[in-house]
Amino acid sequence: MKRRDSIKVLLVGSIAGATVGSACKTDGTKEILPDVTSTNVYGRTPSEKEHDKKVKEEVYLNKHELATIAVLCDIILPATPTAGSATEAGVPDFIDFIVKDLPYHQLPMRGGLMWLDAEANRRFNKDFVSCSPEEEIKIIDDIAYPDPDGKKPEMSHGIKFFNLIRNLTMTGYYTTKMGFEDLGVTSNYANVWDGVPAEVLADHDVDYDPEWVAKCVDQSKRMDIAEWDEKGNLIT
Amino acid sequence: MYDAIIVGSGAGGGMATKILSEAGMKVALVEAGPYFDPKDPATATQMKYPWESPRRGASTKRAFGDFDMSWGDWKVEGEPYTQKEGTDFMWWRSRMLGGRTNHWGRISLRFGPKDFKHKDVDGLGENWPISYDDIKPYYDRLDKMVGVFGSNENRENDPDGFFLPPPKPRLHELYYIKGARKAGVDVIPSRLSILTKKLNNDRGVCFYCSQCNRSCNAYADFSSSSVFIIPAVNGTGQVDLYVNSMVRSVTTNDEGKATGVSFINKEDRKEYTLKGRSVVLGASACSTARILLNSKSKEHPNGLGNSSDVVGRYLHDSTGGGRMAFVPALMNRKTNYNEDGVGGLHVYSPWWLDNKNLDFPRGYHIEVWGGLGMPSYGFGFNVSDLNKHIGEELGGYGDKLRKDAKRFYGAVMGMAGRGEAIADKNNRCEIDPTVVDQFGIPVLRFDYKWSDYERYQARHMQDTFEEIIHGLGGVALGDKPTKEQDWGLLKPGQIIHEVGTTRMGNDPKTSVTNKYCQLHDADNVFVVDAGPFVSQADKNCTWTIMALAMRTSDYIVEQYKKKNI
Repeated sequence: MKRRDSIKVLLVGSIAGATVGSACKTDGTKEILPDVTSTNVYGRTPSEKEHDKKVKEEVYLNKHELATIAVLCDIILPATPTAGSATEAGVPDFIDFIVKDLPYHQLPMRGGLMWLDAEANRRFNKDFVSCSPEEEIKIIDDIAYPDPDGKKPEMSHGIKFFNLIRNLTMTGYYTTKMGFEDLGVTSNYANVWDGVPAEVLADHDVDYDPEWVAKCVDQSKRMDIAEWDEKGNLIT
Repeated sequence: MYDAIIVGSGAGGGMATKILSEAGMKVALVEAGPYFDPKDPATATQMKYPWESPRRGASTKRAFGDFDMSWGDWKVEGEPYTQKEGTDFMWWRSRMLGGRTNHWGRISLRFGPKDFKHKDVDGLGENWPISYDDIKPYYDRLDKMVGVFGSNENRENDPDGFFLPPPKPRLHELYYIKGARKAGVDVIPSRLSILTKKLNNDRGVCFYCSQCNRSCNAYADFSSSSVFIIPAVNGTGQVDLYVNSMVRSVTTNDEGKATGVSFINKEDRKEYTLKGRSVVLGASACSTARILLNSKSKEHPNGLGNSSDVVGRYLHDSTGGGRMAFVPALMNRKTNYNEDGVGGLHVYSPWWLDNKNLDFPRGYHIEVWGGLGMPSYGFGFNVSDLNKHIGEELGGYGDKLRKDAKRFYGAVMGMAGRGEAIADKNNRCEIDPTVVDQFGIPVLRFDYKWSDYERYQARHMQDTFEEIIHGLGGVALGDKPTKEQDWGLLKPGQIIHEVGTTRMGNDPKTSVTNKYCQLHDADNVFVVDAGPFVSQADKNCTWTIMALAMRTSDYIVEQYKKKNI
């Protein structure tokens, strides 16, 4: 299966269950793996539903802050020929939610954004969002890399802030459908695991030990009810 | 009047419910949390994508993440616990049908012959009043009843059983095998209660989503809810289920025998009683101790079963330590195949050394994690820091960052040691003299300290992890924990293997229950959780909880048939 195919399958979980995840029973009939169609609920308890609703209704970040976050997100993960940008993946909305849900992010986020505006004002006499792309990058290049030797002490707070916004952007992006596709996530559908494919093993200096594999499940017999002899040897 | 009132619906309570009801006894099952069925789509989290959670799986509301199937964690709202000054015990409670078995790791290890008589080996702790031969038939029945995959390896202290076949190792596990063998550490297929092959017509077979911690809607993993309780409640008609019912105490009569339980209905916040010929406590080691200590009467002034003053004492949890590794050979790996596998490890290292040559008693086993998991909250944090191990630039943004995310995806793995602590009389839970929960029930106060036995074991774990990481061609991440950090030893309770609070023994002066988990002080009260454990072993406790619960349940049925209860 090519990666692209697998991702299409992945995005329609229920079909994946029936087409990709199938195994032949010994009598030749096909075993259909469970339908694992995702629903619109994600299994909340009543108090959790209440919490989610409350957090969504709260307002923390203001319009200017969110506009600045949007610019930063797309500097961190701009669009590529094959993948959308962070704002296209809805990352600012995620950050808006998560700083309310995990309030320990609030002060570093708000203060960091103010630091960034102050720095933009100092250099260019305007807010960060009003800067030209070239001006933005001049600031970002000074805060996007660690400074272990303390060569730029005046940038240390900016470096700390950029690390936070970069982390939240990365997490917010790679936990979306778009992010899964960009990363090549091939996960979360019913299937029958039968070991690492040979073409993958070929890239690595490890291999299956025949003695070990002999102990492992014979997937063609997975639907046969287990029976053992008196010594515990599986006989089905 | 019930023949038995069972308190708690986890591993032990579930087993007792099954055995007693199938034997024709009329049973009340009392659970402090609400009803739960892993199949119910309204509460299910299995096969959800991270974007279905607005926090992308972050642990804001559930300590092990938004999709973890445990209602309740280190904290339960309105039900606190306290600590003796200078101590910090962590206590996990799941308030739901099936309890913690809905999310547990499914690692199912029989205790070995040595584990029941370890005092004979090193003079520490106490021997169990039973031996491996006493419990072996129950382990055998359990394997076939509930299902566990693994392999017969003919190891002295890791007994063989009736195993379903194990899954093949994943890629990072092949690396682990290589590293462990180089370091002289044994490694064998793991042993988990997940159905890799059909066990019976009531349950499905694993479809390899790796999400057992979300509880399986196909009933292909062991959860007490799906495997024991729901079938028992729907089956024999012998079980009355009381959910949202929080037991305060066991009621007793003038002869000191149990007459039933008193409980709070959480919906109307009123107290009710149930009458029974026997009471079977499976509330968890610490909750059972709490109920007993709160069951004071003229006949049991120190709490029920506590004439010895041993209830709550000898509390012990597994030791825990861990280390992460970056494996350069796993960079830029192919991701075009699904390697979710089962929930948890496909390979593990059972304890492999002789303590004669070591500076600590007892052993530990090693669990392995890693691979191409689904990203969730925290994915990508500081990902470019890994560049320091390959001499490339840290930090950045844009295409460089995307490249880092991709090339390091699946290149980090880790290992965790889980070992045996020595049970100590001074490590205990007791009733806090001033604090009650929202139902007015006095709460537990913990008092637990590690000793050098456990600290030196944690030091050995760290040395071993580094050897294995070196052997597999990886780089250990972070700094090695120091002496001041107890060599990375996790807090007591944190491994969620707490046992020992109602330990069994032949002498009523030094133990709470006899070898059938029956109270010395009241012969119609039984304990089926991990309370009666005399020692923990370097194994996870659930398989032994269930084997013991089965043995105790058989004994109860026998006593019932003889009209002794």
